[in-house]
Amino acid sequence: MANMNLYSRGDKWFVIANMVLVGLFTISTLYPFIYIAAVSFSSGFAAAAGTVVLAPVEFTLAAYERVLSEPQFWSSYANTFIYTFGGTAVSLLIIIPGAYALSRPQLIGRRFWNLFVAFTMWFNAGLIPFFLNMRDLGLLDSYFGIIIGFALNAFNIILLRNFFESIPSSFEEAARMDGANEFQVLWKVYVPLSKPAIATITLFCIVARWNGFFWAMVLLQSEDKIPLQVYLRQLIAELSDDEEFTSTLIDAAYSVETVTAAIIVCSIIPVLLIYPWVQKYFNKGILLGGVKE
Amino acid sequence: MSQQEHIGPSTEELVIESREALRDRARRRAARLGDHFKREWQIYVLLLPTIIWFLLFLYKPMYGLQIAFKDYSIFRGIDGSPWIGFEHFRTLFENDQFLRAIRNTVIISFFTLLFGFPAPIILALMFNEILNQTYKRTAQTIVYLPHFISTVIIAGIVITAFSPSAGIVNTILEWLGMDPIYFLTKPEWFRPIFVGSGIWQEAGFQSIVYLAAIAGVNLSLYESAVVDGASRWQMMWKVTLPSILPTIIIMLIIRIGNLLEVGFELIILLYQPATYETADVINTFIYRQGLQQGQYDLAAAAGLFNAVVAFILVMTANTISKRVSRTSLW
Repeated sequence: MANMNLYSRGDKWFVIANMVLVGLFTISTLYPFIYIAAVSFSSGFAAAAGTVVLAPVEFTLAAYERVLSEPQFWSSYANTFIYTFGGTAVSLLIIIPGAYALSRPQLIGRRFWNLFVAFTMWFNAGLIPFFLNMRDLGLLDSYFGIIIGFALNAFNIILLRNFFESIPSSFEEAARMDGANEFQVLWKVYVPLSKPAIATITLFCIVARWNGFFWAMVLLQSEDKIPLQVYLRQLIAELSDDEEFTSTLIDAAYSVETVTAAIIVCSIIPVLLIYPWVQKYFNKGILLGGVKE
Repeated sequence: MSQQEHIGPSTEELVIESREALRDRARRRAARLGDHFKREWQIYVLLLPTIIWFLLFLYKPMYGLQIAFKDYSIFRGIDGSPWIGFEHFRTLFENDQFLRAIRNTVIISFFTLLFGFPAPIILALMFNEILNQTYKRTAQTIVYLPHFISTVIIAGIVITAFSPSAGIVNTILEWLGMDPIYFLTKPEWFRPIFVGSGIWQEAGFQSIVYLAAIAGVNLSLYESAVVDGASRWQMMWKVTLPSILPTIIIMLIIRIGNLLEVGFELIILLYQPATYETADVINTFIYRQGLQQGQYDLAAAAGLFNAVVAFILVMTANTISKRVSRTSLW
């Protein structure tokens, strides 16, 4: 697309202005992260006085020492990993076979079952009936409840089903000749061919799990079961409360602001680590598959 | 079928005949179905967990929605609670807070649409005009990032940045010689902050859809524009934008279908009683009434109202989208 032949001299101002504007937007996207990182490495006093702008003021690791010495931080972090990887594994174990079955032409009532799944995208019972249902199922305050209760959604199943449907049936013929059953055809033919789509869904699951806080906040009561985001929310609630209250917590070395910033940094790091891998996939435009239908 | 084979039997015989034929057909069908399940049972085994999950976690709550029409008590349960008709809906529509929540939902949605919808389109057009690939890729990598960040962190950043004593925004206001503003307690500031942080978080990622559409534009269109002596600015307006118009229309329709979906999780994290006036939306109202105060039946009624309106919007949008995509996409 970027064809240098199309680039005439008279357009120079336009190209430059455009680059500057994109640069400004990029910087304004990046700046809050830099700011938070700077706050996390500043002294509590400097952060509370509002002197931090770009670089840490009165550099200190006090906030991190405070965060890392907190047992609640470690247990929340561990819980986030359990919910993220346990939840994603359960999701894939159900979604892959389900999407495959829905893509099979010989499935009796195929239209019905597809509508059965898709209908939930258009109509949802809402927060209260879902909550009461979880309570009636005895899934309040449980690891299992968080992992199973949010394992599926119509969007992911339809995305994968569409991908399975797009695979020509000639791929499975050889396997069928060798007498492979459905499980083998799915596992040995469809799953390897669908790696990009499965990776996309895995990504969606991981991101949703890692970031999810609302239902964890509502359903979990025990401090030892809450994920990082709920713990972070508790700290932020303190932060946004009365200013007076926060100022009593100010210590020379760290403050609620710097501790919160430090936890934010700790929680973003894993996202940054998998980000290059994530990018590989949305560059291919696979994420768009779902948007189309 | 079998009636035609016999000419002249009595009606009684006919009835017996056809009854036997029906039974025969049913038997054959059952046998075929039996064969089918014997042969294809594996597919149903693969499908079963999905069906059970949907029944248990999405359809069972729909059954529970009936408490919107009941005087629900935890002890009597969903089935045991007495019916009271539309009582809760009457209460809701006499409740100023609920009416305010509807109004706020519509207003916040409208502003999100007005400012948030064009932002990724503009961004995609601008990305497309960048010739330096390294610069372009770096910028894209950065602006996609906030999409992958948790709402809690977004809220944390907003609260830290807008804090009256410590936040960077007030530090800047101070440099400019202005008085600090406690933004998050001011009702008039809530919507700009909410809509702005939404654009900050999602505009980059949403631009991917439009970039993909731009990548599909026929290059010969640009070539003939160059022959005609068009400038890059003109090409952007006269070639690129019209070419991605179908995508824009589809995205607009989808967006309108989801009009009631405001990011209430971020609102829960950012609002406080002082800003309820402009910030409280239907879902935050449901959250407070139901999950915090335990008025499950009333909150479920509010949720049902929300779900029905959303359903109508989505269905309308789907219908329009199908018609539009058939006529203008291909």
